[in-house]
Amino acid sequence: MNDLGIFTTIVTAFAVLAMGLGVLGPGIGMGMAIAKALEALARQPEAEKSIMRWLLIGLAMIESLAIYVLVVVLIVLFRSPMLDYLLHK
Amino acid sequence: MTGPELVLGAAGLLGQPTLHFGSFAISESAVSATALTVALASAAAWTKSRLRMRDPAGWQLVLELAEQAMDTTVRESIPKAPERILPLVGTLWIYILLANLVGLIPGLHSPTGDLSVTGALAMIVFFAVPFYGVRAAGWAAYVREYFSPMFWMFPFHLMSELTRTLTLAVRLFGNMTGMEVAIGILLLLAGLLVPVAFLFLHLIEALLQAYIFGMLALVYIAGGMQALEEKEQPKGGTVR
Repeated sequence: MNDLGIFTTIVTAFAVLAMGLGVLGPGIGMGMAIAKALEALARQPEAEKSIMRWLLIGLAMIESLAIYVLVVVLIVLFRSPMLDYLLHK
Repeated sequence: MTGPELVLGAAGLLGQPTLHFGSFAISESAVSATALTVALASAAAWTKSRLRMRDPAGWQLVLELAEQAMDTTVRESIPKAPERILPLVGTLWIYILLANLVGLIPGLHSPTGDLSVTGALAMIVFFAVPFYGVRAAGWAAYVREYFSPMFWMFPFHLMSELTRTLTLAVRLFGNMTGMEVAIGILLLLAGLLVPVAFLFLHLIEALLQAYIFGMLALVYIAGGMQALEEKEQPKGGTVR
C-alpha cells in the first residue's frame, strides 16, 4: 500500500475507536445524572419542573463532551490537514 | 451528487454550499440566516399591527401562550429583573428553533449547521453577560466578581468565560451537523422511508437544542448578575 492508503486505513480505524471511547465517558455520566434525577423525582414529585430543568442543562453540558469527539472525528475524517499534505506532496 | 459527496455536503464540512451571483459568492447559511431574520422581523411587525385587546383571534392566543411560557421560565431563573432578559433569551429561543427547523425543508440546510452562525450567536451571549452584569451591579462590583474569592482566580474566570462560549457554539453546531450526517448516511444505506423516522428525531432535537441554548444563556447571564445579589445581601451564599 502507498502512503495514502496506509494513512486512510489508520485514520478510519482510529476515528471509529475514538468515537466509541469518547462516547463511553459521557454515556456513563449521563446515566448517573438521569439515575440521580429519577431518584430525586421519586422522592419529591412536586419538584419535577426544576429537576427537569437542571437535568436538561446538565445533560447538555455532558453531551457537549461527546459532541467534541464527534467534531474532532469529523475533522480528522474529512478535513485532515495531514491529508492535504499527502495529496499535494 | 455522488454518495460520499452527499454525506460530506450534509456534514457541512465542505463548507455550506456556496451560491454564486456573477462574480459574487456567498455561503448558503448567510443567505438563509439573513432571510430568516428578515422574515421574523416582518412577521413581528405585521403581527404587532394586528394585536387586539378585545376578543383576540386564535393565532394571537397561540403567540400569547408561547410568550407566557417563555416569561415563566425566565422569571423562575432570574427572579430579579426578568423583563430585561426576556427579549434577548426569547429571541434566541425563537430564532434558533426556526433556524434548526429550516433544515427540514427539502433542499435547504439549517443555518445553525454552520459554525459561523452558531459562533455569532455564542458571541452575542458572550457580550450579553457583562452587559447585563454591569447594568445590574455597576462596573466595580462586576469586575470585583472576577477577582473573587482570591485575586489569582482571575485567569480561571476568564478561561471559563471563553470555553463556555466555545462550548455553546460547538454544541449547537455539532448537534445539527451530526443529525444531518446521520440522516445522510441512513439515506445512503436504507433508501427512502427509514430516514423519515429520523426526521422526527430531528424535530425533537431542534426543539431541545433551542431550549438548551436559551437556558444556558439564561444561566450564564444570571451568573453574571449575581454580583448584584451579593451587594444586596452581603452574607448570602452564592448558590447558582
